[in-house]
Amino acid sequence: MSTHTLSVLVENKPGVLAHVAGLFSRRAFNIASLAVGPTHDERVSRITIVVDGATTPVEQVKKQLEKLVRVLKVVELGNDEAIERELALIKVKADPALRGQLLEVAGVFSANVVDMSPTTLVLEAVASPAKLDALLAMLDTYGTCELVRTGRIALARGSGVITDQPELAATLEAETAA
Amino acid sequence: MEELTGAQALVRSLEEQGVEVVFGLPGGTILPTYDPLLSSRVRHVLVRHEQGAGHAAEGYAWATGKPGVCMATSGPGATNLVTALSDAYMDSVPIVAITGQVGRPLIGSDAFQEADITGITLPITKHNELVTDPARIPAAIAEAFHIATTGRPGPVLVDVPKDVQQASAPWRVTDWPPAMDLPGYQVPGAPSGAAIQAAAQLLLQARRPVLYVGGGVIKSDSYADLLRLAELAQAPVTTTLMARGAVPDTHPLALGMPGMHGTYPAVAALQEADLIVALGARFDDRVTGKLADFAPRAKIVHADIDPAEIGKNRTPDVAIVGDLRLTLAGLADAVAQAISVGAAPDTSDWRAVLDGWKRRFPLRYTQHGDGPLKPQYVTERLSAMTGGNAIVVAGVGQHQMHASQHYTFTRPRSWINSGGAGTMGFAVPAAMGAQVGRPGELVVAIDGDGCFQMTAQELATCAIEKIPIKVLIFNNGFLGMVRQWQELFYDERYSSVELGTAIPDYVKLAEAYGCVGLRCDRADEVDAVLDKALAPSDVPVVVDFRTHDREGVFPMVAAGHPNDDILLGPEFSADEQAAASRREMELG
Repeated sequence: MSTHTLSVLVENKPGVLAHVAGLFSRRAFNIASLAVGPTHDERVSRITIVVDGATTPVEQVKKQLEKLVRVLKVVELGNDEAIERELALIKVKADPALRGQLLEVAGVFSANVVDMSPTTLVLEAVASPAKLDALLAMLDTYGTCELVRTGRIALARGSGVITDQPELAATLEAETAA
Repeated sequence: MEELTGAQALVRSLEEQGVEVVFGLPGGTILPTYDPLLSSRVRHVLVRHEQGAGHAAEGYAWATGKPGVCMATSGPGATNLVTALSDAYMDSVPIVAITGQVGRPLIGSDAFQEADITGITLPITKHNELVTDPARIPAAIAEAFHIATTGRPGPVLVDVPKDVQQASAPWRVTDWPPAMDLPGYQVPGAPSGAAIQAAAQLLLQARRPVLYVGGGVIKSDSYADLLRLAELAQAPVTTTLMARGAVPDTHPLALGMPGMHGTYPAVAALQEADLIVALGARFDDRVTGKLADFAPRAKIVHADIDPAEIGKNRTPDVAIVGDLRLTLAGLADAVAQAISVGAAPDTSDWRAVLDGWKRRFPLRYTQHGDGPLKPQYVTERLSAMTGGNAIVVAGVGQHQMHASQHYTFTRPRSWINSGGAGTMGFAVPAAMGAQVGRPGELVVAIDGDGCFQMTAQELATCAIEKIPIKVLIFNNGFLGMVRQWQELFYDERYSSVELGTAIPDYVKLAEAYGCVGLRCDRADEVDAVLDKALAPSDVPVVVDFRTHDREGVFPMVAAGHPNDDILLGPEFSADEQAAASRREMELG
């Protein structure tokens, strides 16, 4: 899946998430993952949306998002230019005989043990999506009982910040006129 | 600072906004606002169904260029506006809907007449808001009008809980509009000069250009520069269903309407073009036919105020994002400038081809003197008798296509219809709104019998409020367009499509509503009946034209087919159809 990560700054007002999610459903765009949270500016929330480029016209998504009145900024973060993270909590079968091996796996992936029962462990992992996928595949061989995983969050590398980016319409005109 | 209630602040805001008229119907949760409305200078037109209020607001906006306003109570009152909001969204019509909502403590409790109208209308409004703070009412109203009328226009809904209307709302506004809080709302302004130059160059080099003119030209009032551009570049013009009247149909460069029921010259010109300049148009499926086969050899210049339309359906070679008024002025200036230093656009061969097509493949129908009455004939007589100067409003279906094809439009804002949404029942209430907006003018609704029955109750509103619209029903006793599709695509199996001509008796119905009712079923009576119907009157006139029930709309491109598959219809011989299909490009 060729994923595209969009960072969307929105006004922190009631109903904004419904507007954004509603746009995806109305225009038959698919959301692969979505994460919402506050920013350092209390008036602004940041939504990180991952879409599958194979099934969803990403340029259209960006332009339609920009049209929403409560959306302040839409920026696509290229996979190479951004730090991407997801958090997962995984409850995995852990017979006492296998516990040592599991802890070793957890160590390799820098996952923390956050709970333990006689037959299970709960691991907490923060990683890039690919690394997290690899961890989950490993854990599956022991038996995953339950999994919860957040949407992806992402931030551009380097000193640039999202509000420096030019407006989409200007970019578009510059591209076609060039 | 004055001490007002939320309701008073709301009505005061409408006054400050310059609203002349509100179309609406009161009910429980909007009652507080109807009280100050009684003593306001804003006129209120009491409709018979809230859908009528919504379409009337649309008709008013189409006819005047100003935002239309409708008002309804919560729950069913608000949901009855939904069809009109959807219609306005599809056709980018600036309307503001104000709805009552149950009091704040009751929201979410399934209270009497509660409906989540901001949730329901989220995908069919440009924006909407539930106002929970009485102090925000002036800003919310100002923002609604600003959003509805700027950029790509569209409907905005403001939902106001009853207790917010009743609460104290000190009026702190010193200057209208008050400070608006819209940091994420950007209106594209001036287009890029480089893009305009690039487009002008393409236009000057093109040998087979076509200007593909959409509703944006009407909405931006940029038809004067459109005509200047067309004449400078000697570029033929096709006006979509949303843009009829943007260029006079009598102009030598006018090709008529493109698309599914477009004229042969318009459809074929787009297919053969080497350059299409799309102006405030959106490459809608009804225009392009099968998208992959649309205008295969054409370069595309796409000018629109909505960046999201650029590349949505067809990737342009040059994109111009911005106010079309500025774009067209800039394009015309750039072309004029180039001509003044020696550029010489040459489209004479191309125009000769198109003139040949106009001559060989015109809109054609046959009206026998004693045969069944043809809707095209009635439309052409209306066109001739009004000199193309009526404001024509249509519903959706065969009558709409016949009206668009056969009325000779001579000026902008004289054609009002439901394009994108295809809302049956649009005509009567939209004509009502248009007439309120332009009281001195002749407003004629051309309606089908199916459409008419969906919103005919607004005749009562028109009769009582002395809104003297003329309604011409093309009564063929069928859902005619559906019948045509069943004939062509469903082996003539006519499933649930016959309405019958006798019930209701439209003359009696008109009279029951306090209107004048007339009937006509013979070609030789059309002029006399129209003469009577179009005469100035205090109340609406309804004419029951008994039209031929098997008349189809042609030309036609079947849905999903390439435009190359255009069918001229039964009035043309097999040889003529073959010649049209080959698109013989003989000169003159």
